[in-house]
Amino acid sequence: MADRPSKEIPEDELKKDAKAGEKERNALGRREFVKMVSTTGVAVTAATVLAGEQMMKAAPVEQEAPDAATSKLVGPGPVRMTLNINGKPTKLTAEPRVTLLDALRDHLDLTGAKKVCDRGTCGACTVIINGMAMYSCSVLAIDVAERPGAAGAKIQTIESLAPEGQLHPVSSAFVNNDAQQCGFCTPGFVMASKAYIDKHPHPTREEVKASLGGNICRCGTYMGVRQAVVEAATHMTAKGGNA
Amino acid sequence: MADYKWPAEGNRALIGKRISRLDGPWKSSGTAKYAYDTNRPGLLYGRMVTSPHAHAKIVAIDTSVAEKMPGVKAVDIIHPVGQEVLWMGKEVVAVAAETDDQARDAMRKVKIDYEVLPYLVVDTTPDKATGYTQQLNEQTQLDPDAGFKEADAIHEGEYGVAAITHCCLESHGSAAEWEGDKLTVWASTQSVTGLTQEYSTALTAKGIPTTPANVRILTPVMGGGFGSKFAADTWGISAAVLAKKAGRPVKMMLDRDQELMVAGMRPSLYAKVKVGAKSDGTLTAWQSESWGTSGPAGGANANLPYILQTQLPYRRKHTAVHTNIGPARAWRAPNHPQFCLVTMGAMEDLAAKLNMDPVQFLLKNMKYAGERNKGFGTKDYEQELAKASELMDWKTKWHPRGDKTPGPIKRGVGVAIHTWGGAANTSSGNCTIHPDGSVEFSMATQDLGVGTRTSVGIVCAETLGLPLESVKVNIGDSNLPPAGGSGGSTTIGGVSSATRIASTNALNKLLAVCAGSLGVSADQLEATGGKIQVIGNPAKSLTWKQACGKLGATSISETAQTPAPNTPERSLVSGNVAGVQMAEVSVDVETGVVRMEKFVAVQDCGLIIDLKTAESQVYGAMIMGVCYALYEEKIMDQQTGVMLNADMEFYKLAGINDIGELVVHMMTGPGYDDRGVIGLGEPPTVSPGAAISNAVANAIGVRVPTIPLTPDKVLAALGKGVMA
Repeated sequence: MADRPSKEIPEDELKKDAKAGEKERNALGRREFVKMVSTTGVAVTAATVLAGEQMMKAAPVEQEAPDAATSKLVGPGPVRMTLNINGKPTKLTAEPRVTLLDALRDHLDLTGAKKVCDRGTCGACTVIINGMAMYSCSVLAIDVAERPGAAGAKIQTIESLAPEGQLHPVSSAFVNNDAQQCGFCTPGFVMASKAYIDKHPHPTREEVKASLGGNICRCGTYMGVRQAVVEAATHMTAKGGNA
Repeated sequence: MADYKWPAEGNRALIGKRISRLDGPWKSSGTAKYAYDTNRPGLLYGRMVTSPHAHAKIVAIDTSVAEKMPGVKAVDIIHPVGQEVLWMGKEVVAVAAETDDQARDAMRKVKIDYEVLPYLVVDTTPDKATGYTQQLNEQTQLDPDAGFKEADAIHEGEYGVAAITHCCLESHGSAAEWEGDKLTVWASTQSVTGLTQEYSTALTAKGIPTTPANVRILTPVMGGGFGSKFAADTWGISAAVLAKKAGRPVKMMLDRDQELMVAGMRPSLYAKVKVGAKSDGTLTAWQSESWGTSGPAGGANANLPYILQTQLPYRRKHTAVHTNIGPARAWRAPNHPQFCLVTMGAMEDLAAKLNMDPVQFLLKNMKYAGERNKGFGTKDYEQELAKASELMDWKTKWHPRGDKTPGPIKRGVGVAIHTWGGAANTSSGNCTIHPDGSVEFSMATQDLGVGTRTSVGIVCAETLGLPLESVKVNIGDSNLPPAGGSGGSTTIGGVSSATRIASTNALNKLLAVCAGSLGVSADQLEATGGKIQVIGNPAKSLTWKQACGKLGATSISETAQTPAPNTPERSLVSGNVAGVQMAEVSVDVETGVVRMEKFVAVQDCGLIIDLKTAESQVYGAMIMGVCYALYEEKIMDQQTGVMLNADMEFYKLAGINDIGELVVHMMTGPGYDDRGVIGLGEPPTVSPGAAISNAVANAIGVRVPTIPLTPDKVLAALGKGVMA
């Protein structure tokens, strides 16, 4: 299971923020507002879910959506957020319940990361967040977006690996070693492999076997993957550093 | 003139070499666009409300609240009031909304009342399934009773293979978009051409008159099918209906739980077996009483014993158990893995009783393999058993039943043999040579991830004497020349022969154009190394570009089809392969955990087009085999009628460290290549369950009767557990 970024905000901080938020969003009725769900750890109750439905009906149009970068308390309606994806600040408007995977695929047309188990098991949605391989199906987009006082996490997707159409050494090694058949697990495997090689530049085949258990392939390409990771590491190290 | 025959071994520039797949760079860079990746302007997301009951009648459907939910644009009632649902997860109502989450919100507001009906979801013996069984006719060959009288040793045992799912990583589904009365579907399918007719028929029946010509299916890549993705399915048709109603494109892909519950199940098979042999190992008779479930319908006689059947006296009886476990779909090599496990398990147990090495036992009984063991001038199984034994170091590793070395880790080896028919589907392809020297080969066929696109390119380029990069391959589009569905390992035969013929015809037209300027007749010319030259005389040649320049303004365009059976060209393809697999495992008799150590596959498949992707197919089949031998099972709960492990946490598949070391050896060269092209998807998936089960029996000294060989079952077989 990939690590999930967690942010804990002290309760009094939350209350303070609630007051500020109330002013910011005076377009909303007080009753709806106090029942709103925060994404920062407040338990979801039946009341908040109900409120959520009412909020969606009254969902503010895009320009009026609160901005996650300036409001601590947001949701459940759409929120403007800025994600730092592949080195570029990328804006989108989505509900706080939207996972990073859905934000990438459905909002930004970055479809390299695949939706397979959607439950943090198979690794097909793997992206690199702040240098760590993570399951983007198990990360909420808003949790890695710019928030008050915090820069957004650095999110790297497979689309960043071949910016000028030149295959990344990991992708290229997957091709050479036929470490792919249907290819649906491949982008996740490539990202997990890249994150692994970045931290372990000289892996043996045995180490690769022990370290890439977080990605599942159905067609059965593991023999190729083992070889590809060793080959890619050799190339990347020879080139002197991380690509 | 160039002829259709495959080039001889020394004249192959590409065929049979290890060549990287053409779509590899797109897949490994994330740029390949699957049906699931479809994003169209105005795209809506479809989700389905499914039955929570294993068997029920739909009494009332109320979509009024759902229709008013935020973002909802269309609702489709798939199964109306009055219809019965025969398994949990059966789709009843579909909704389309602006976002996936809104579609899910709306889905929860659809109200459906059911009258719950009796059901059976557990895979049980026929005597505990009264009212759900269908007894098939007993079948006999020769005189099994006399055969058993002749036997010096008789073994009786029970064997079984649990129901499993397909678990395609790209779930089933599609995106549908209308432009007037023209429908485009981005589909994850094994049957690009076939779907046009199916959509047209189904939509017309639903009140949306549509012709096949107005349906376009696009499948440039697809994320796994394994036999489960031939149909448009209710969700495919429903996505098109929703798109029509909403006037916007709709994408509807199954959630993982639905995928595992409803989108594919391999039937189970269990059997009580009695088998007899003389003291030298020669089989004398077989008897089996088998049963299993294919879901709510179907179930054919179990063709037992597997392979060793010709002239062997047998009596067999099969009972189909009709359950509400979900619908069966073809799963790589339908029925063969089950037949193989039952047969090879019983044979191995009988060999153990006779204290015989099971390889010797199989060799002793090759006469029962009939024609198959003669091969095409080769003795397939004998050659392959010898090769596998060498690669496994079988003679050193095999020991009589039960590893006697001290300690809790016991090692063992097991063997199994398999077969498959193959043959060729019927596909058409077009080869176009343009005056600027560019070449395109176009065919509707899908590529399931097996390398079909690459094989088409290889055959076309080989035929034209060009490098692979010179051919642009267009596939996965029903507007291209029609191709057969990809099932039963028939794709490579169908597409490679059609490609060879169309490319040869196109080349011959080009040769005719060049003949004048090279001062010989066209039949004196050949295409090789990027040149058109006088046969064997590179000095008298034109470069490919010069040659094509002579076409003037007109391209050459030749379309051809897979040759019909009984025509001379049909020798480009054939069918029937053999295969041998040997597994080595270690078993911890304290925990019951089985680990793969080494796994050897020796496989023939006629003339291999791309050795690299062919080997990958075999590796993949072996790994899928490890999955179903050790981990996979569709686990149902009779109390509630639900599938208990409809997710990838508990529907277990092997990871990169669970498969041991795999060794693949493809049989090639004289005796194999001259059979023509034969498919490979199915055969190597057949033996793993049996080979691994036999290896476990060899390690621990007792048979674990059914697969998957989970720790609880291993401990139970050792008399250590309480669970069966």
